[in-house]
Amino acid sequence: MNILKKIFSFFVSISLVLFFTLPIQSKVVGDTIVLGAAVSLTGKYSTNGEHTKNGYNMAVQRINDMGGVTVGGKSYKLDIIYYDDESDSGRAAQLAERLIKQDGVQFMLGPYSSGLTKAMAPVTEENQIPMVEANGASRSLFTKGYKYLFAVLSAANQYLEVAIDLAVEKNGGNPVNIAMAFEQDAFSQDVRIGVVEAAERTGSTIIIDDKLPKELNDMAATLAKVKATKPDVLVVSGHSKGALTAIRQIAEMKVDVPMLAMTHCDASKLAKQHGKNAEYALCAAQWHKTLSYSDSFFGDGQQFDKEFTDLYGYAPPYQAAESAAALLVYKAAFEQADSFDKEKVRDALAQTDMQTFYGNIKFSDAGQNIAKPMVLFQVRCEGDECANRVVAPTKWASHELVHPTPSWSTR
Amino acid sequence: MDFLIFQIPILMVQASIDGILLGILFALIAYGMALQWGVMNIINIAQGELVILGGYIAYFMYVIGIHPAFGIIVSPIIMYFVGWSLYKLVINRVVDRDLFISILATFGISILTQQLMNFAFGSDVVIAQSNFGTTMLFNYMVTIPNSKLFAAVVSIIFAILLVLYMRRSKLGRAIRATAQNPRAAKILGVDTEKVYAATFGINAALCGVAGSLIAITFTLHPYVGLPYTVRSFMIVIIAGLGNLPGVALSGMGLGVFEEFSDYIFGTEFRIAAVFLLLVFILVYRRFKLSRKREYLK
Repeated sequence: MNILKKIFSFFVSISLVLFFTLPIQSKVVGDTIVLGAAVSLTGKYSTNGEHTKNGYNMAVQRINDMGGVTVGGKSYKLDIIYYDDESDSGRAAQLAERLIKQDGVQFMLGPYSSGLTKAMAPVTEENQIPMVEANGASRSLFTKGYKYLFAVLSAANQYLEVAIDLAVEKNGGNPVNIAMAFEQDAFSQDVRIGVVEAAERTGSTIIIDDKLPKELNDMAATLAKVKATKPDVLVVSGHSKGALTAIRQIAEMKVDVPMLAMTHCDASKLAKQHGKNAEYALCAAQWHKTLSYSDSFFGDGQQFDKEFTDLYGYAPPYQAAESAAALLVYKAAFEQADSFDKEKVRDALAQTDMQTFYGNIKFSDAGQNIAKPMVLFQVRCEGDECANRVVAPTKWASHELVHPTPSWSTR
Repeated sequence: MDFLIFQIPILMVQASIDGILLGILFALIAYGMALQWGVMNIINIAQGELVILGGYIAYFMYVIGIHPAFGIIVSPIIMYFVGWSLYKLVINRVVDRDLFISILATFGISILTQQLMNFAFGSDVVIAQSNFGTTMLFNYMVTIPNSKLFAAVVSIIFAILLVLYMRRSKLGRAIRATAQNPRAAKILGVDTEKVYAATFGINAALCGVAGSLIAITFTLHPYVGLPYTVRSFMIVIIAGLGNLPGVALSGMGLGVFEEFSDYIFGTEFRIAAVFLLLVFILVYRRFKLSRKREYLK
């Protein structure tokens, strides 16, 4: 009995020691500030998870190389603890819990995708841990009254509003007929809400409103309807699969529509995979390297693009750029707060108003970045080389919009 | 409800053609499933993953500069050995056990294959370009992508070849004998182990053909296999085992029904409509069977 008691008290004391020491030690260890992140390194989001991680890592390295973060007159380095959330929202929530409770992380970075961010936000919120996220655009993230969540990217409903405005503008300010096909997932449905609002605002009519089931690989019926009803704009959003399927079938069925606007063009490598068939498609993006924003860490977009390519061997998609920007926001907030107190850092984050190479960042009360517009680019080909060219907003445009899209018989 | 299709009747032609072409491709996958279900009494949950794996073979041919259509020759050969190895590694341990065990085993294979494909090929959605062009009918109102036409023709050719093989060849006869009664076939000298391995291989090869066709008509992604499994499962349930014309007919029927429900009930209900139809068919069939039983009494 005595021995049992001893063993019991031994384990109790060990766990007490672990409980009290580990968390306190690890938020700032020596001269290192430890951030926590769960990103998808395996599973269906693994490609974008990798982009996210590379963006984070590149920014950490850059900030550390340039003197780190200065708090209280002392310079600190940044470090990130990563876990693989396996592209699974349940796992992401568990890992958020683990990062906070076991690893003692006090400052979080977001995962990839709206779904996983939605799963982690309640955990960080409950523990009052600030989370700067760069890859969760779903509108519902900003309607729950979260106080510790900050998103550097534009919300999903902003993605294709610009396209509707542009179509109306090109139609001489008159309302247009809109055909839409959106996948039935949180993100695409948010994009849809934005388009519906833009349609109401401009008095435009929605003549086709198809909701594509997630498992659907075929848009032939939707496109046949488009062919028969001849709308002014066709709007499609369904992640990479939707973008690739749409272009393939539009080209095969020779669907002529004056404007085609979609999402996920660069994630799906549309210009590369479809070449000339994708020409004239308009795509919404959070960032493009030709935008002339700049900061003192990465210079401008072109420079970021070059350095990222040198480091990782591929051109940075916007997922990488926005992830890097999240670290710049953190650094500024730490220095602004001049403290590691999470409440002070939160308040400093809330007051962020800065320019990064990725764009201007200023958060609304809901934690949404309201300072950065979406950009629209158009796939344009020179010979057999096709690339994304920025066409809107006009301030950043490198190319003039081609409108209406030339018909298939002339292409 | 939307009545566009009745206002513009030419859409009916388009919907029927799209449905039939889609259905033929699904029927090919379903035929493989019916074959091994009938012979080995195994429901293969990994059917869709085998299809996608076959598609990736065609995609890689496309990447290295070979026309992806040749995938219909290369992919089945590789996939036959994949299927054969899967049988030797896993399936031969569950083939005589009850259906539940085999469902679990193939479910495991399905998850493993998904993850391995993700690991090997990445999680990007990819496509292979066939550049086959488009056939236009009725003054450009009806379009038929030639890649879909090609897919349907190839599916039909492979189905016919398989039927001939099953009727004429020695292995084909052995497979049919084993399907009828494995014990009797064994007593009469059929090496059922070999027959099982070959059946699983043939199924995988058919998936390989279908996969290469999907690579040029739709999109590939490591996690997109499940819809193909579910669809072929439905076709087999409606058609019954060992009924090739039935499989082809139910494949096309479901395809056309799905396209029409897209126009009439809306895209979001097209898959729901197909499942509802399945329920009706099963209830109707049960009703018919019970009446037959009454006669027998």
